[in-house]
Amino acid sequence: MEFETVIGLEVHAQMLTDTKIFCSCSTKFGGAPNSHTCPVCLGMPGVLPVLNKKVVEYGMKMALATHCTINPSNSFARKNYFYPDLPKGYQISQYAYPLAEHGHILIDSNGEQKKIGITRIHMEEDAGKLIHDENNPSSYVDLNRTGVPLIEIVGEPDIRSPEDAAEYLKRLHEILVYLEICDGNMEEGSFRCDANVSIRPVGQKEFGTRTELKNMNSFRNVQRALEYEVKRQQYLVENGQKIVQETRLWDDAQGTTNPMRSKEEAHDYRYFPDPDLVPVMVDEAWIAKIREELPELPIAKRERFIKEYQIPAYDAGVLTAEKPLAEYYEDVVKLCGKPKQASNWVMGDVLRFLNEDKRDIRQCPISARSLADMIKLIEEGAISGKMAKDVISDMYQTGKTPQEIIAEKGLVQITDEGELVKTITAIIDASPKQLADYRGGKEKLFGFFVGQVMKATQGKANPQLVNDLLKKMLA
Amino acid sequence: MHSLTIHELQEKMKSGEVSSTQLTQSVFSRIDAVEDRVHSYIRLLKEEALAAAALADENIKKGDIQPLTGIPIALKDIVCTKGIPTTCGSHILHNFVPPYNATVVEKLRDAGAVFVGKANMDEFAMGSSTETSYFGPTRNPWDLERIPGGSSGGSATAVAADECIASIGSDTGGSIRQPAALCGIVGLKPTYGRVSRFGLIAFASSLDQIGPFTKDVEDCAIMMNVLAGYDPKESTSVQADVPDYRQFIGRDIQGWKIGIPREYFIDGIDPEVSAAVKKTIDVVQKCGGECVDITLPHTQYSVAVYYIIAPAEASSNLARYDGVRYAFRTADARDLAEMYEKTRMQGFGAEVKRRIMIGTYALSAGYYDAYYGKASQVRALIRRDFDEAFQKCDVILTPTTPTPAFKIGEKTDDPLQMYLSDIFTISANLAGIPGISVPCGFTAAGLPIGVQFLAGHFEEGKLLQVASAYEKSAAIEKRRPTL
Repeated sequence: MEFETVIGLEVHAQMLTDTKIFCSCSTKFGGAPNSHTCPVCLGMPGVLPVLNKKVVEYGMKMALATHCTINPSNSFARKNYFYPDLPKGYQISQYAYPLAEHGHILIDSNGEQKKIGITRIHMEEDAGKLIHDENNPSSYVDLNRTGVPLIEIVGEPDIRSPEDAAEYLKRLHEILVYLEICDGNMEEGSFRCDANVSIRPVGQKEFGTRTELKNMNSFRNVQRALEYEVKRQQYLVENGQKIVQETRLWDDAQGTTNPMRSKEEAHDYRYFPDPDLVPVMVDEAWIAKIREELPELPIAKRERFIKEYQIPAYDAGVLTAEKPLAEYYEDVVKLCGKPKQASNWVMGDVLRFLNEDKRDIRQCPISARSLADMIKLIEEGAISGKMAKDVISDMYQTGKTPQEIIAEKGLVQITDEGELVKTITAIIDASPKQLADYRGGKEKLFGFFVGQVMKATQGKANPQLVNDLLKKMLA
Repeated sequence: MHSLTIHELQEKMKSGEVSSTQLTQSVFSRIDAVEDRVHSYIRLLKEEALAAAALADENIKKGDIQPLTGIPIALKDIVCTKGIPTTCGSHILHNFVPPYNATVVEKLRDAGAVFVGKANMDEFAMGSSTETSYFGPTRNPWDLERIPGGSSGGSATAVAADECIASIGSDTGGSIRQPAALCGIVGLKPTYGRVSRFGLIAFASSLDQIGPFTKDVEDCAIMMNVLAGYDPKESTSVQADVPDYRQFIGRDIQGWKIGIPREYFIDGIDPEVSAAVKKTIDVVQKCGGECVDITLPHTQYSVAVYYIIAPAEASSNLARYDGVRYAFRTADARDLAEMYEKTRMQGFGAEVKRRIMIGTYALSAGYYDAYYGKASQVRALIRRDFDEAFQKCDVILTPTTPTPAFKIGEKTDDPLQMYLSDIFTISANLAGIPGISVPCGFTAAGLPIGVQFLAGHFEEGKLLQVASAYEKSAAIEKRRPTL
């Protein structure tokens, strides 16, 4: 039997606000335990939440970027359950009236564009963390993360393969980071994903029984977990067994998913409207203001790069994957006027250096201006492409400008025809056999002469000029 | 001295006849004399009070006189006081010391108030008799065998027994107005959103309001001038202008329409209460008020609606008392579940547990629509009843309570009977409107009776105006409880 996979993803993204969603504590990651807390986020008696407006605006940005409809009146609800990392005994979230609904994003599915629906985006507060002592039957509670703002992006079950799931996540991640509302750090948990997955015989309309997967902290793990889970479900069905609707945890080391203890998921959250907060009213003017603040989003940027800079779709994809990289590239183009060359140097040498050092473009020692200058120097014939390979390496190592490096190393290209004619004459005189063979039809010996000239000039000869002269003089 | 009002004492302090220190000492000697019998307080703050009084006296000398400078005030133990234990009448918070002040505490302190102590209350404000306090019941100064009302019973008796000059209570379903009536003093529940709830330990967040207990209506206006106002720390606080409430004192009510809701004059109401309230209607008419018959048809559902919404919110509000971070934690738990269970089992009293269970049930999957959902809809209808009624009248007049103070223990085994003692006060909380209870006479046995006035949202001024006009004309016998 052929099966179709049905996947729906829920993403939690931490908002990059300075302060928490309902109090003025810092949201910084990594402070001493419980140092970023106050009576409000500690859930002390009698304290009250006051909504951070920035969180609403960040949520609105994501809603607009994903084509959602923003609810003019949305409101908070309490999700009630007991856990030591949840100080109030309830999480303030949105339930019946989320911030936004009915959106979508486009993904590339095996070369085809596919629309993945977004059910809703809502705001909520994060919980704290428990630290378990392995030598002691006790646990410690760190509430620094409590009240850090999150948006939850609930996707429609429109995804049909684990690869598409990873692709969808990458696109969502890219948008969040582009909007500068989330740092996207998956290891620190700023971007988390839960997946609902089921299978059904091809052609069947009804969904199969789904399982929910948790504990996957990278795009790759989401894909691996889904691949494993799809295989597991197929095996069960093919062997006449039932799929149990349950939450399963991904075990990275084993490469398997395992059921969470049922006790931990048997919750009745008793949602009800939070009486301590008033509905969030969003009018058209506010939406318009936020819309104006939206940056160019990755898809639009990619298309513009292809059109405006005449670079291949692949290059445009690489260059727009991160906003600072795209900005760097555009700065270089602006300064040198050579989009294709700029793309080659950025994608080739610059990214290779950065990848080797695990740096990102913001830490690149080569300024956009230096790279543009170098490209111009090549165009002007001041240095050859081959020389530039060494120059850019030095630029990366030292942070110096190409002009400085060229001057220090005396790397000026020889474009003096008379000097080159002398060099070539000497080489021809010293290589009578090769000359005879060349003239006898062994045309590939042309390369030999080019090599000899470059060797004699330590690579400084202008390659074009060498070509021209050799053609004349060997003939 | 301790039996005088705020406005009387302010004159005496301004003129130098009395100092805040003398007054505060007088209050504490009164406390020494009667507190054993009444039990108004969970905690007294004598040392702090005398220091504050000395400071007040210095300020008075400098001519720096704020609205409450040097006045001894009691705080219900439900408002958080920085560095001073705040128990909410519960074992589970018996050792809780807040690191912050409630906004009203800051406002009162800034207005020069001297804090006498933290007043007794029903545990988590859940009760109508102050019998559910972990620290033992408070007794009615008019008859020590009887309850003072609740949940703000200690705040009411402290004023009635002259153990302070005025006090602060909180009212979720009548917890200020009902004890005010049963103790023969003035008590006002402001409009929802008028007085900050920040630092008020939550019982039912959509119903709770802080308000004053005073010896007369003018004092009530003075207290409201200090308490009312927008608070950026509370999202449900309302940004509406606050008038000078004292301007309403002594104004007549000529031509006012006084709404008399037929649903509030029902069978089962105590005949002496009924007679006293009818006499009140006569007095109000003599003052120039015109009585109009109004109807509040959904009133009959108020108690039912309240006992779904309030416990539902409470079940969530009280979830934070889990023994993890502060206050009481059970001594013997082997794992997390047991820690939760035992902490809450040992920490909460029976009435609190009952309401947590009712509320949890009302919000449970499969029951939400039938209970909480339906109750919310009916609540909207109750609010609409009042909106419509206030098209026809300026204020509404009702009894505050169906009976005078009942005996201690009389209703403890019958929660439903206990719940019905708030039948006339609950709907104001559901609608969010303000209400005031003013003394309107005594029973033959010498128990006080109260009359309630209700007004539209943010019309506290109207309440003070009608109450003050009534107070002036009624000439209620100036009795004091004999203790």
